[in-house]
Amino acid sequence: MTSYRVRKASNLAWTLVCAGAVALALTPLLSLLWLVVSHGAPGLSLSFFVDRPMPVGEPGGGVGNAIVGTLFMVAMATLVAVPVGVGTGVFLAEKGDRPFGSAVRFVTEVLSGVPSIVVGIVAYGLVVIPMRRFSAVAGAVSLALLMVPPLARASEEFVRLVPGTLREASLALGVAQWRTSLRVVLRTALPGILTAVLLAVARAAGETAPLLFTALNNQYWNLRPDQPTASLTVQIFNYAISPYEDWHQKAWSAALVLLLLVGLLNLVARALASGRLKGAR
Amino acid sequence: MLVVAGLILLELEGVARPAVRELGLFRYLVGSQWDPVGGSFGALPFVYGTLVTSLVGIALALPVSVGLALFLSEMGPKQLRPVVGFAIETLAAIPSVVYGLWGLFVLVPLLRDPVEPFLGMVLGFIPLFRGPPIGLGFLAAGTILAVMILPTIASVTIEVLKTVPETLKEGALSLGATRWEAIRVAVLPYARPGIIGAALLGLARALGETMAVTMVIGNSPEIRASLFAPGYTLPAVIANEFAEAVTPLHTGALAGLGLVLFGITVLLSAAARLLVQAVARGPRGATA
Repeated sequence: MTSYRVRKASNLAWTLVCAGAVALALTPLLSLLWLVVSHGAPGLSLSFFVDRPMPVGEPGGGVGNAIVGTLFMVAMATLVAVPVGVGTGVFLAEKGDRPFGSAVRFVTEVLSGVPSIVVGIVAYGLVVIPMRRFSAVAGAVSLALLMVPPLARASEEFVRLVPGTLREASLALGVAQWRTSLRVVLRTALPGILTAVLLAVARAAGETAPLLFTALNNQYWNLRPDQPTASLTVQIFNYAISPYEDWHQKAWSAALVLLLLVGLLNLVARALASGRLKGAR
Repeated sequence: MLVVAGLILLELEGVARPAVRELGLFRYLVGSQWDPVGGSFGALPFVYGTLVTSLVGIALALPVSVGLALFLSEMGPKQLRPVVGFAIETLAAIPSVVYGLWGLFVLVPLLRDPVEPFLGMVLGFIPLFRGPPIGLGFLAAGTILAVMILPTIASVTIEVLKTVPETLKEGALSLGATRWEAIRVAVLPYARPGIIGAALLGLARALGETMAVTMVIGNSPEIRASLFAPGYTLPAVIANEFAEAVTPLHTGALAGLGLVLFGITVLLSAAARLLVQAVARGPRGATA
């Protein structure tokens, strides 16, 4: 047996190694947040939020149309994904113990691991090829496909948390099964589901890969669903890989806007979740 | 949901069919020439790039994540947990294009000088660490992937460590083991399948990650041994060329790459889930 002192020393050394791992893991986060704020903040101005992009060399210009484009496509995607995702979740929680249910659950889990770029190709095949043009709808479809699996899984979790007594009380009063699911169970689980929806929206707003060849991009304002549309993320990508110093600056500023948007959604979702926990206690 | 799954396969297969028919499945999968203008398409450089970057990512992220998880759940002060947990969730919530931006303007210059010249000097006898330090390339992509999959691996590992029975640890400690020895003899063996599962989940995420990798990989469809060399990955080539592909052959070849990627990730994530579930149920033969 090695001496006690050696064992103590190795214990201390490994503890330090693990503490070092924590520090190492947090370094990129701090560096990233600091740089996005410090590089991005000087570029923010009112015109950055309300103007559309300018060609290289011309001063000014902003990402107003990209912000609107992102919100527009995410809104469309949410409208489609929420009923489907939450519906699947409720089904899984209420009826999911049969073989069909577990098959659906397995597929949902696997689908949530599908790379977003692959989903983009699917939306391309589904929407872009038949329409013969890149469009906001195609972008929204790809985002919706990405939102459904996590929504379904989260809603299932939250619906399962609803006490069985509530369900039974409703059924005992003679309320039909579907009405119980909808009016009693779903309503009780609503705050949790809302949290899941907000997280899914935040994730969709940050997606780039599937939008590259579905919504493409647009230098102009667009609110027509059948036209190519700009998005914040694709705009950041284009600015970042461009060779122009001025555009790099804009990429940092746009990244700051995106982080604020996503961060805000996450914070609200978190606040809702903790409020729900307090209510339940 | 089932409809959606079927749809994904059907659409991918539909878009990819012309290319596969034209080129022959075998030549397509193992060809190493990628020349859209000349009409020759081989998937191998991208498969190679995807595997190399993901493995580099795992190799960097796994030790750090496990160390972090151990420190948080076994060693460090309890007050640290919510703070670091919040930080990890933030890390997971940052959009990948922002990681790409950071990688392009912070990580790549850092790798070009001083990291890659230093590695070349010290480890240059291994072919992996030879070649001009460009910055853009496999190493940059692998590093950024490591940062991005760290939250996944760390949070799953923390969950797995929670399932280790308290009695095992207490048993080891009461026999006079130091804290680290208890971790080594009691905690890690019990948690190993779960940690492997966490790594596989991270790997599946790394394989499909697109934007950040596209921005730092260097976009060159060649197979090179050096980690400093620029390369290409499956998602990156799809992201770069899909919108500009004009011939059905080119589009089909790209969609075929998507199909390959889909297959790999589905297999991996299914395997990872099974492993994590297995450890949640406890090791075989042991009853609680």
